[in-house]
Amino acid sequence: MSDSTTIAPDRVEVQAPQKQWQGQSVPRKEDKRLTQGQGVFVDDIKRHGMGYIHFVRSPYAHAHITSIDVSKAEEIKGVYGTLTGEEVASLTDPFFQLATPPGAHLKDYALALGKVRYVGEAVVAVVAETRELARDASELVEVEYEPLAAVVDARNAQDDGVPVLHDDAGSNMMWESVYEWGDLDAAFAEADRIVKIKELHFHRFNSTPLECDGALVEFNRGTGQWTIHTNNQFPGFAQIMMGPALHCGLDKLRFVTQDIGGGFGNKITSHPQLVACCLLARKLNRPVQWTEWRTDFHLSMSHGNERWFQDTEVAVKNDGTLLGFRTKALDDAGAWLRYEPLGGVIWAQVTPGVYKWRNIRLEFTQVATNKAPCSPNRGYSRMQHLWFTERVIDIVAHELELDPVEVRKRNYIKTEDMPYETPNGCIYDSGDYSRMLDIALELIGWKDAAARKKEAASRGKLLGIGIGSTLDSGTNNFGQSRMINPELQFSGNNEVATVKLDVFGEIVVTLGTTPQGQGHETTAAQVVADILGCSMDDVYVRAGHDSYWNSHAGFSGTYASQFAVTGLSAVKGATDMLAEQIKRLGSVILGGVPVDALELADGTVRIKDNPEAALPFMACGAIINANNAGLPEDLDVTLNCRYVYRPPFEVPDVEKKFGNLTLTYAAQIHAAVVEIDPETGHYEIVDYAAVDDCGIRIHPQIVEGQVMGATAQALGAVVHEAFEYDEDGNLLTPNFYDYHVPHALDMPPLQTGYIESPSPFTPLGTKGMGEGGGAGIHSVCAAVQDAMRGHGDAIVYDSWNPYKRVWEMLQHPEKTRALVEVVDA
Amino acid sequence: MSAIASSKAVTVTVNGVEYEREVEARKLLIHFVRDDLDLTGSHIGCDTGNCGACSMIVDGQLVKSCMLLAVQADGASIETVEGLAEDGELTALQQSFSDHHALQCGYCTPGMLMSATALLRTNPNPTDEQIKKALQGNICRCTGYWNIFEAVKAVGS
Ligand code: FES
Ligand code: FES
Repeated sequence: MSDSTTIAPDRVEVQAPQKQWQGQSVPRKEDKRLTQGQGVFVDDIKRHGMGYIHFVRSPYAHAHITSIDVSKAEEIKGVYGTLTGEEVASLTDPFFQLATPPGAHLKDYALALGKVRYVGEAVVAVVAETRELARDASELVEVEYEPLAAVVDARNAQDDGVPVLHDDAGSNMMWESVYEWGDLDAAFAEADRIVKIKELHFHRFNSTPLECDGALVEFNRGTGQWTIHTNNQFPGFAQIMMGPALHCGLDKLRFVTQDIGGGFGNKITSHPQLVACCLLARKLNRPVQWTEWRTDFHLSMSHGNERWFQDTEVAVKNDGTLLGFRTKALDDAGAWLRYEPLGGVIWAQVTPGVYKWRNIRLEFTQVATNKAPCSPNRGYSRMQHLWFTERVIDIVAHELELDPVEVRKRNYIKTEDMPYETPNGCIYDSGDYSRMLDIALELIGWKDAAARKKEAASRGKLLGIGIGSTLDSGTNNFGQSRMINPELQFSGNNEVATVKLDVFGEIVVTLGTTPQGQGHETTAAQVVADILGCSMDDVYVRAGHDSYWNSHAGFSGTYASQFAVTGLSAVKGATDMLAEQIKRLGSVILGGVPVDALELADGTVRIKDNPEAALPFMACGAIINANNAGLPEDLDVTLNCRYVYRPPFEVPDVEKKFGNLTLTYAAQIHAAVVEIDPETGHYEIVDYAAVDDCGIRIHPQIVEGQVMGATAQALGAVVHEAFEYDEDGNLLTPNFYDYHVPHALDMPPLQTGYIESPSPFTPLGTKGMGEGGGAGIHSVCAAVQDAMRGHGDAIVYDSWNPYKRVWEMLQHPEKTRALVEVVDA
Repeated sequence: MSAIASSKAVTVTVNGVEYEREVEARKLLIHFVRDDLDLTGSHIGCDTGNCGACSMIVDGQLVKSCMLLAVQADGASIETVEGLAEDGELTALQQSFSDHHALQCGYCTPGMLMSATALLRTNPNPTDEQIKKALQGNICRCTGYWNIFEAVKAVGS
């Protein structure tokens, strides 16, 4: 047992203002423009004389670049110019690396320098008058390569004789660490059985937002400032990466966004392309725009982490009580560490999953391969780990002939033990997993499982039922990055909002976030309207993000399940300040009535006992902004309030790898019923239930929409979607032809349920919840395995289960059975 | 290269307005409408004709406008998402999308609306299966389609 204890954050008194708006599924403010095609997405923005960028990309997975000749392209009329890796290297520093050595030694630039390391890596940028010309001219860029052997299987990446991607690092091992908490020896001594699982594999895919990445960049020569219109979803991170590389202060990098066509984490690491855009805007003295092609996105942008879990051993009692596990996680980072190796610690936010086991050892190794760089993808790094824990539960249950429902219930962390401190010091704030499971089982008709299996069998089908229990840990403590590299100077988290009352009484809200469909304009207005006692329609929330709005902080952005906590807490803080100022002004204007005797209602500040005596917001705005002569000198009221929400975090103990890594823990319990056709391996999801608990729901319909979207992505991932590479490192699924995302006809019947366990640690009782933890992957894997019980008893060992694989598992169950062994302890 | 850049005069009517422009021969209809006519409501989500974000109604026919060259549309009458609402008054379908939370980021929405509009014109009371089939060519990565289906169904029946 670790002897330290994390101090749980102080409980926050959840204030209950008159809640007219919060909790209601009001119409979304965003919808009016978006349903009319009036959104402004990055590719919609144009500037006079702008040039279009096209990237020339590597056709090889691994090769030396022996020569680059751009002269033919540059000769074409209408081509404005080009950029090569050598130019980039002469003008910028490599991006700073989060890793300790050897990963720290990587020299990562905006364009490839000397070598290419994956198919699709950008080598040269060409800028021309039109998109078409830029593309055509790119064909005239001559690049000579000297191909090298490619590393595509992470399991061989460290073998002798395998080519090394980064000579600077000396090997393909990028980062490693051993995590151990509790007393493994005691756990294994106490166990009745040890379940050994040789290898499990979490596959490579990502959320493929429908809009690809892009930017329009302008350079102001007089001030040396770039304006970057982009759909990057984490400008705070992009600035920190780009500023040092470009040798400029962060304020010189102005990030502007309006609408973003989906992000899911995949739009965090576009900083290399943005640097290329910045250099070109300056070099060519004109605005430049880049819109990524779908194929380019698939080839090069933000693949989700592929991970192997090897030599797993689980200590378990005969009754299914889980005592602990050991495993080796081998993570395939792809060719560069763009956000990695943060995945090497992010998983630890959910170290025990939803279970009580206290003794855990995980050896984490991340290697480089000749594949696209990995970066966050919805459920980032926790999804992989939670899939692993769910696989372990089902494999243990089946091998010990126990009921997977019973094993889960026996081992779930109990609601009465919340807030619960995990073995590594994370504090699960609230929840009731057993109750959620009951709801999910009820929704899919679990009671009748036996009868349904029989009925399906009579039709020649194998029916299986599976559960996926997951967490969506939200609001990061960036201090966890110090477990990756103790030198890093990040910790805590923050988000900003400003709320002001303008001359004509207009309430204007600005956010630091970069929404991509989560409805921030709407939910922010709900919170503001409740506090100010006005209509939501009177609250104008500016669309999008602009780092020049002064509502931007170091961690501003929309990622990692945090808006309902960080964003809305900032909104609440700023609005509380404004409400207090309005009252102080009202107190003066209404003749010195004490502030306590005032209330905000109906768009006015008024005397509680005499509502007739009221000052409309419009008058307040006018007085302060335009008619302020004669106000008392000491009246410190601006009606323009900025609040930075800072969640209560301590820096984690880096030595012990111990501390609270996220503030909230939303939970999802999913249940899937599948029917397999044993002749072909084809299966259908015939029933599906998703039960969510994200604390207090500000807008239930938006919450349900997030649950649905996360479910759909997970179902796509488990059945269809994979970034598959051949042995030479060619991506076999570089577009929506080969990479099949679900269509309307693919969707199973879905039922949703919820409970609300308010977070005791957040001002509104909310929890971040957008990522969903991949519960759909876990539940379908479990259901497929369940269906095969008694039909060869294959073990589902991969997170990707296309029909072909299911057919193979049915044909050769022994191959998968060889992965599992149960020994008496 | 000058051969590649050859261009042609094209006349199209979009949402009732006639436009005449000189167009690069290889320009896609979607790029022509978005870049040259500045009607940016229709979107681009793929390079292969799979996603439907660019869906428009051309001479009464639902098409994926990334699968046509602009010059092929010479003389055509085109409807895009911008032409649905009149004077800011949403159509029943647009309103239904909002009511049912059938959009999150809204990037697929214009294409979805055009596909559903085309369906409801020819088949005002579609069955569940017909709705799903009609939307099959449109990818949405945010919603999982359930609410989109409900939104179309509510208007259809
Ligand atoms: S952009 Fe036309 S189908 Fe995808
Ligand atoms: S709402 Fe985002 S792609 Fe459909």
